[in-house]
Amino acid sequence: MEPLPALATTRLTSPRSWRLHRSRLTPLARREARQGYLFIAPWIIGFVAFTALPMLATLGFTFFNLTLAQQQPLHFVGLDNYARLAGDSRVWASLGNTFKFAAIWLPISIVLPFVLALGLNSRYLLGSSVMRTLLFMPYVVPFVASVLVWNAMLGESGWLNTALRFIGWSNPPVWLFDTTFIYPGLVFIGIWGIGAGVIINMAGLRGIPTELYEAARIDGAGWWAQLRNVTIPMMSPILFYTLILGVIEVLQYFLVPLVLKNGTGEPGGTTLFFNLNLYQTFFTFQELSYGATMAWLLFAIALVITVVLFRLSRRYVYYAGER
Amino acid sequence: MTAFATAAPPEPIRAPRRLRPEVVLRRAILTVAMSGVVIAFLSPLAFSALTSLKTEAQIGDADAPILPSDPRTFDYQGDTYEVYAVPLPDGSTRELALVRKGRQDSDFVDPANPSAGPITWQGSWRTLAQSWQVNPQWANYADVWNKIDFPRLLFNTVALALIGTVGTVLSCTLVAYGFARFRFPGRGLLFTLLLATIFLPDAVTLIPTYTVFVKLGWVGTWLPLLVPAFFANAYDVFLIRQYLLTIPRDLDEAASIDGASAFRILRSVILPQAWPVIVAVSIFTFVYSWNDFFGPLIYLAGHDDIQPLQVGLSHFNGIYHTRAELIQAGNIMTLVIPVILFVIFQRVFTRGIVITGVEK
Repeated sequence: MEPLPALATTRLTSPRSWRLHRSRLTPLARREARQGYLFIAPWIIGFVAFTALPMLATLGFTFFNLTLAQQQPLHFVGLDNYARLAGDSRVWASLGNTFKFAAIWLPISIVLPFVLALGLNSRYLLGSSVMRTLLFMPYVVPFVASVLVWNAMLGESGWLNTALRFIGWSNPPVWLFDTTFIYPGLVFIGIWGIGAGVIINMAGLRGIPTELYEAARIDGAGWWAQLRNVTIPMMSPILFYTLILGVIEVLQYFLVPLVLKNGTGEPGGTTLFFNLNLYQTFFTFQELSYGATMAWLLFAIALVITVVLFRLSRRYVYYAGER
Repeated sequence: MTAFATAAPPEPIRAPRRLRPEVVLRRAILTVAMSGVVIAFLSPLAFSALTSLKTEAQIGDADAPILPSDPRTFDYQGDTYEVYAVPLPDGSTRELALVRKGRQDSDFVDPANPSAGPITWQGSWRTLAQSWQVNPQWANYADVWNKIDFPRLLFNTVALALIGTVGTVLSCTLVAYGFARFRFPGRGLLFTLLLATIFLPDAVTLIPTYTVFVKLGWVGTWLPLLVPAFFANAYDVFLIRQYLLTIPRDLDEAASIDGASAFRILRSVILPQAWPVIVAVSIFTFVYSWNDFFGPLIYLAGHDDIQPLQVGLSHFNGIYHTRAELIQAGNIMTLVIPVILFVIFQRVFTRGIVITGVEK
């Protein structure tokens, strides 16, 4: 019986090996291959139509003066869009906002689910499974509803400020209307969707072999030493995965402020995030080419960060079972 | 054999568990702390639900109680009077209706004994606390129901979610079956490519896709939201493939030897064993589609009659944002179905999150 392909498929097969393989395909194997392609055809068609071609088209758009209405004759503009991008202070301000928010949000979105999962997995906790369910629940609350719930919750008569006044902060911030407190306010809204991260972290913690902790205890490691030398290294692949997806997500962040502030960028331009600017360039001003240029800038930034993180991960992420 | 079967299993001999005080303390601290976190985490839901049942007047009154309430009133000699908590000279406090407001002294009537006539109380009535009675305003929900044409929005949301779910489950099952059971050149590369699409920012494909949909005349219809669902997506293909890999191949090999076609094997052998993952993907897709906001926002802009709940809710907020009770009632109406689905299928949810989040 042939081995299950589970592990083989996650690695890239080198082109040479499959070319060799192909020449040796028996008629039966050729039939199997044909059927395989047939079954994955929906995805291949979808990938070409909705991912590959649009990506290339986006790149192509950047060299023209395309708009949705196209009042001016279409012509090749070379790198004009890129030159305009370089000198567009609104673009760089919005990118700065996105990075500022990312610097606050990313550490919280990675550490908080990890800490909550540690708590939920502790043998000292009673009622862990009920708590896990309740912590996950807001994750399924529809996006607009959760934003509007928090809009009220963070308001003047919301419970957060009621609680802050109760503990003695007589003049608590008006979170979503204050340039200093808007990002913490947005963090509160984001934390509501943290349930999936908690569950992923819990599963990761349960996957750590207990022998490792036993060995550590025999070596005299306390709670902190076990966390540092066993838990965190063993969890590093999951923390890394959360980080990568978190980076991609936060670079595109703009829907929450879009609903909250109707795309105005209030207060004081702090919620004019990169993607909001892109969205407005495209939908409001219908500048396809310039929007596409901004999209490629975003893609390039995401790609560079991802590649750098993958490079760094070789040093910091521990994959059990790897040679 | 039978003797063993009928004998009761031996009671495990256990020393009576005596917990060390240190363990009890740790348990107490951790459980209390985590309960606090959970309560804080869910408090916005409670806040929203309570707000949705209040009157506009109560929301505007900073001294109003936390539960949805009305000022208590009392009808006396053909007029309606508000009730206040009045501290009496003997040290007790009584709930009395204020019938004459005065700066130095006011007249009250005891609702329990109106025939006794007005009681004069010395002091400014403005210092008194108004008396409230719990009175949830369920009518807020009826109000929102009519104002946003809820049945229409609900129908649109459910229809979009159902059709999208059917498309996703069909296409992802086929694709996952292809990746899980057939060997073909380039399979590893294609699968890596599939997973890589998870990391692609949407913006880089959005503009040409939108432009093409405009040229096709699809913008303003459901097609841009539904058609792509029939072409599979990375998360669900991965989820189903992982499950199919755990199903032993013996049965499909036997069916294959008997001359069953690949499609027949999928239908008669694989699917009956794969229903747990099919259910999982269906529920996931249904809830995700229910929660999709950006797609309907850009493709259905200006077409109010075909929009789903979330876009309707966002417009409603634009018009009625000063009426907190109506906004929160709308929120509760939007979130109640996904939350109920989650409560019923919570195991399915957590399992699916674990597979896509950990095993990749």
